[in-house]
Amino acid sequence: MNEKPEKLIDKKGLRLDGRKFDELRPLKLEVGVIGNADGSAYIEHGKNKILAAVYGPREAHPKHLALQDRTIMKCRYHMAPFSVQERKSPAPSRREVELSKVIRECLEPAVFVEYYPRTMIDVFIEVLQADGGTRCASITAASLALADAGIPMRDLVVACAAGKADDTIVLDLDDTEDKLGVADVPVALMPNLNAVTLLQMDGKLSHDEFESAVNLALEGCKRIYAMQREVLKSKYANVKEVEE
Amino acid sequence: MSSIITKVKKKQIEQFIAQDKRLDGRELMDYREIKVEQGIIERAEGSARVLLGKTEVVVGVKVETGEPFPDTPNEGVLTVNAELTPIASPEFETGPPDENSVELARIVDRGIRESKVIDTEKLCIEPGKKVFVVFVDLYILNHDGNMIDASAIAAMAALLNTKMPNYEIEDDEVKIKPGYTQLPIKQHPITVTCAKISDKLVVDPWIEEEQAMDARISMAIDDDFNICAIQKGGAGYLEPKQVLEAAKIAKDKAKQLRKQLDW
Repeated sequence: MNEKPEKLIDKKGLRLDGRKFDELRPLKLEVGVIGNADGSAYIEHGKNKILAAVYGPREAHPKHLALQDRTIMKCRYHMAPFSVQERKSPAPSRREVELSKVIRECLEPAVFVEYYPRTMIDVFIEVLQADGGTRCASITAASLALADAGIPMRDLVVACAAGKADDTIVLDLDDTEDKLGVADVPVALMPNLNAVTLLQMDGKLSHDEFESAVNLALEGCKRIYAMQREVLKSKYANVKEVEE
Repeated sequence: MSSIITKVKKKQIEQFIAQDKRLDGRELMDYREIKVEQGIIERAEGSARVLLGKTEVVVGVKVETGEPFPDTPNEGVLTVNAELTPIASPEFETGPPDENSVELARIVDRGIRESKVIDTEKLCIEPGKKVFVVFVDLYILNHDGNMIDASAIAAMAALLNTKMPNYEIEDDEVKIKPGYTQLPIKQHPITVTCAKISDKLVVDPWIEEEQAMDARISMAIDDDFNICAIQKGGAGYLEPKQVLEAAKIAKDKAKQLRKQLDW
């Protein structure tokens, strides 16, 4: 990593990468990127490059985990050894174990789990390159992969972080802001249901700052949601504009 | 960790809470009785036992010397680990830590780390080479719900009770001297967990409420009433206004518990 910057926000109120406080990094979404998977998606969010694939509903394994009245959801969030500056051991870290759990709990409220008793749905997330906010980008991609797999859902789940860099509440922290900033608040939302399915925070925020950060993150979620819908539509609606 | 409650019991809990009542007779905003005992393990540098209702946690703190992380050469190291011992619940099994114990340890860790409880710079012995490493081990001895808050209180009580060995540097070697110094503590965060049941928030869910809840949200509040760590759990959701309500509750409850614990 380069020298630590003295300030994360310059005199004009711009961030190190030139964004305004409420600006998202560039986003690119794709669905149906893994041939073998029942559903899949790819996201580039800033320098984050993440793949999500869904297998299932399929027979529960091991069998004793199967539930009579619903499907079980499993999730694995995993970072590639080359995804970060210093090589990461491919064995699951405690952070990955925790993130796998919170991501699963964040996607599950969207899925009609009761439609597929005795089965399981596997969600696999591979972070190929990490740039701050991997959990949020992973959630955005994973819910697209679930939709791509044709699994009935109440809504898409979309996630975005807000936080505090220097003295300012900012949207969508990148790696440097995440590491050197004051606080990070990742939020996941089902926009149509106005339901928050993931909320974490670390750092230090007063109550007013926390409220602004949550509201800013929710606003970011809604913007990404529009892109999520668009990418699904462009694959499935297959509507081509024809000039009259 | 959720399947052993019957649907009848779940419904009963929900109906009670819908009427602002709880099966164990508490108000929605009441904690169970809290008992704290410090210094119960003589071999550990710090220890505490906390009873939150029938939930029982023992925390032992060991202080050893080790290397600092390369990115913080002047700071001591904190690690938190949780053991959901099989004696604590029929649901707990032996074996390596599962996702529940990893999550619990990381929630407690974030509460301590982000509110900067320990003055880690004072744990530095030789910059870049030798620092004190503080191991906080959470031992759940009986699980009757809300392990998070009980563990957070127990960890804090144990740290307040922790002594660091005295040392001197002789010929580039660290020599431990007799006697102890108190671990430098700057903050006393309190973690408050709310469960969402029947679209209402209740604090300090006991085990049956945890099994009936849609979701939970835990917030760590520092001495100046800042929020320092948050974790939502459970496969349900919260409305944005419930998130802000939980923050308000956490602030009020932290104030009350801090007074009660005399922190």
